[in-house]
Amino acid sequence: MDYFIQQLVNGLTLGGLYALIALGYTMVYGVIFLINFAHGEFFTAGGYIGVIALSYCIAHGYTQTHPFLCLAGAFSLAMIYSAYLAVGVEKIAYLPLRGSRLAVLLSALGMSIFLQNGMMLTQGVMDKAYPGELFEGGFSFGMVTISYLQIMIITMTVLLLFGLNRLVYKTKIGMAMRATAQDKTMSALVAIGSNNIISLTFAIGAGLAAAAGVMVGLYYGSVHYDMGFNLGMKAFCAAVLGGIGNITGAMLGGLIIGLVEVFGAGYISGQYKDVFAFIILIGVLYYRPTGIMGENIDETRV
Amino acid sequence: MRQEYKKIWKNYAVGMAWLLGLLWPMLGIHPDGTLTFHRTLTVWLYIFAGSLICVLFYITKKSRILSGVTDPLVNGAGKLSDISKALPTSVWMVLLFVFLLVYPLVNGRYAIDVAISVLLYVCLGMGLNIVVGLAGMLDLGYIAFYGVGAYTYALLNVAYGLSFWLCLPLAGCFACIAGCLVGYPTLNMRGDYLAIVTMGFGEITRIVLNNWMSLTNGPNGILGIKPISILIPTFHNTMSFETFWVKKLNVLYYFVLILAVISVIAVTRLRNSRIGRAWESIREDETAAELMGVNTFRYKLLAYAVGAVFAGLAGAFFAARMRFVSPESFTFIESCMVLCMVVLGGMGSIPGIVLGVIVLIALPEVFRQFALYRMLVFGAAMIIIMLFKPDGLIPAKRLKIQAQYEKKGETDTNVS
Repeated sequence: MDYFIQQLVNGLTLGGLYALIALGYTMVYGVIFLINFAHGEFFTAGGYIGVIALSYCIAHGYTQTHPFLCLAGAFSLAMIYSAYLAVGVEKIAYLPLRGSRLAVLLSALGMSIFLQNGMMLTQGVMDKAYPGELFEGGFSFGMVTISYLQIMIITMTVLLLFGLNRLVYKTKIGMAMRATAQDKTMSALVAIGSNNIISLTFAIGAGLAAAAGVMVGLYYGSVHYDMGFNLGMKAFCAAVLGGIGNITGAMLGGLIIGLVEVFGAGYISGQYKDVFAFIILIGVLYYRPTGIMGENIDETRV
Repeated sequence: MRQEYKKIWKNYAVGMAWLLGLLWPMLGIHPDGTLTFHRTLTVWLYIFAGSLICVLFYITKKSRILSGVTDPLVNGAGKLSDISKALPTSVWMVLLFVFLLVYPLVNGRYAIDVAISVLLYVCLGMGLNIVVGLAGMLDLGYIAFYGVGAYTYALLNVAYGLSFWLCLPLAGCFACIAGCLVGYPTLNMRGDYLAIVTMGFGEITRIVLNNWMSLTNGPNGILGIKPISILIPTFHNTMSFETFWVKKLNVLYYFVLILAVISVIAVTRLRNSRIGRAWESIREDETAAELMGVNTFRYKLLAYAVGAVFAGLAGAFFAARMRFVSPESFTFIESCMVLCMVVLGGMGSIPGIVLGVIVLIALPEVFRQFALYRMLVFGAAMIIIMLFKPDGLIPAKRLKIQAQYEKKGETDTNVS
């Protein structure tokens, strides 16, 4: 039982991270029907900016005096940087190609390769270690250990998801986003600048991914230039599992993929943990071809 | 016109400023707590100089300032293409064929090696063209069938000593079965759901190959695969057969060339057949195709199976050429690569795909001297080609008509 609870906590942590990344995929897909392959790179960029900012703070000794301020600074810098990057990428590689779906998919793939190698050139091929001394220790209940870091990650994820939900469902900007996702022509007629909204969607998605990047860096202790690829792929699975284009679905999908992966690794086999996630995905899509919460989209072709 | 240039320059300036903002945090903040600007500015200036030349070139081309120089060149090129059209296609085919036959005789080992890669990828591209280009199903796990073919030959050869020519049809068969297995549960999905499920199958295949230590030797791969063998009759006293191992690259080249030519011919024939038309109708509109009496389920499954067969055959050749297989060769990025070749060249167009393969295999080889910057340039080139040629380098004819139609439709209801 203790083992089960321990795995549950681990699974929720991982699932929350997947959910954060998956949201970017799902939001972008919702507005322009593009699988944004470069999204994993926004996540990596966030992780790198996080480590750069934190090491800068440590070098100046700010972490001794204001540890939480440093952390908040690292998070916000990473999110802003990734959002900035995402808007640039969108304007250069996606905006001119809107309308032809495969061309923009290829452009996204090219962008992913470009950014990954750009990060490798600027940051080096070696892992960059995160300062680990910010979050040490944790609670123990019997055999179950919950580290402060896990609590921080879960809280942060919940806060971000809650904030996003408020933004999308309660504000005017969110309303404009949903309108653009439904019908670009009609939303343009009621004076919603679809290009700005699309850029904003990219920025928000990338910001969430960057926050996940910093948290993954803290959780696993290092960042690597191609880590966005693998995690991004899982997150994309999560988005599809939940029904791509659906924000609640992405959160749910992320949690499911995270839990399945952790429990599969814990109880069945660690080597095949990625396989379990994919099998769940294929199984669910076989019975519900549009994902758990997806609506029925009839005319989607290549 | 002037307004337009102003806009280009404005966008360019904003873009360069944006780039500076992106570069500095990555290059200028050091872990020891210092801030520098020198390295960022150097990198930025290089990019600035390079892109400025491109923009100037673009503007001069657009404004026709240099029309006195460029027009004769364009006319000359037009005349050349007229001459080439005047000759019948068969002449060009013969010339091309002679070139392909002579190629290994006049080139070195390295060039032949690259050429074999190109030919193998042509075969793969042809197979994927059936699935994506003709039947219109986005497949992101295509390389799994290549892996199935390669491992079929590797395992049967190493464990049971079966010869290449026996394994080749078996590799095709196994890949075909794998194609059906992937195809069957996915056929009621559409678009991107299909893409993600095929990607899932591709990854499952790779992970299983990676972890099934007792069968596939895991990440260490399988060593000691025999090359292709042919029996040559010898006449000493009586006629007997001698086994000849194809170890030399230039002999292997001809075998792979035969495979590639067969796949090109097969796909051309399939495309013009009843089956090909059925696939294209499914691509254009699945519901309408079904109403017209096309058995969509059967034809979609067939597309998967036939596409997989080509990949399986190419995989067997790959194993025979490398004489070593490991799961490393069948990653998701390889699937993306093959998809890129098909889309970059022009979906559904056979010369386009061949050109796409050449561009994507040759570009990284050409930039090999830049070592680290190779993949950076590669990614950028992919984006640039797509920006200027969204339909691919040589678009298929039917797609061309459709694109014009869509453009017309857009001007009527243009909003964004």
